[in-house]
Amino acid sequence: MYAKIPGKPPKNHLRILVLFTLLAALWLLLSGFFTPLQLAFGAASCAFTAWLSVRLGLQRSGFPRLAVTARYPRYLLWLTWQVVLSNLHVARVVLSPRIRLQRQVVRVKHTQKTALGVAIHANSITLTPGTLTMDADGVVLEVHALTRHVAEDVVDGEMDRRVTRLEGT
Amino acid sequence: MSSVLDILSWAAILSGSAFLVVAGVGLLRLPDFFSRVHALGIQDTLSAGLILLGLLLQSDDWLVGVKLVLVLVFVLITGPTAAHALARAALHAGLRPPLDSEEDTSKR
Repeated sequence: MYAKIPGKPPKNHLRILVLFTLLAALWLLLSGFFTPLQLAFGAASCAFTAWLSVRLGLQRSGFPRLAVTARYPRYLLWLTWQVVLSNLHVARVVLSPRIRLQRQVVRVKHTQKTALGVAIHANSITLTPGTLTMDADGVVLEVHALTRHVAEDVVDGEMDRRVTRLEGT
Repeated sequence: MSSVLDILSWAAILSGSAFLVVAGVGLLRLPDFFSRVHALGIQDTLSAGLILLGLLLQSDDWLVGVKLVLVLVFVLITGPTAAHALARAALHAGLRPPLDSEEDTSKR
């Protein structure tokens, strides 16, 4: 498991304020409501969301690094292409007259150092149809695969390398 | 120009809907719980993506466009999260996925 910082996480009030402001801006953009009652509901829901994220310990430290976010578009493009490919593969499996599966559970080592990196890796695997992350710990991801074809895609570790590169150092 | 956009948009919406049907067929035809969750993956990604892309091409208002993109982002994040939560809950409740191949493909 990931190192849990013992005790109550220190609160970063500036960060909470920034989060609340961003949420409020998003709420205004999406709702377009400006009557006092609606604004009060909006403010209340933004405050509630900010409180939940504090409770989850998401406001612990530091702002996300811009260097990392700049690498995302390239990864997203690659991931989109992978998702399209495996969608076609699973669609072919589902529509074939006789369904032939090679269901298997593979355990893949991951090389991400941060919890966010592991979450992105695990979520990317699940997002790709045919593979589903069932469990994760600090070392391996336990992945259920529908066919041998998609299982090999996970085992070859391309996604692992790309997510680790995404993390930066 | 707008007719080209219309054709593209309808192509995207219709193929997205077709993938939605494929996901439904998969949900019915696949044999066990864990395999069926895979069918949901089609619905979360390609069909939602294509339908929203088609709608995006139809929208004149940038605000509507922003909302559609946000819908896609949220679907792409919550879909796999829900699928993972389902599978993990099933696993922890003691349901074991039926497997087809005996060979060990694991890499340790």
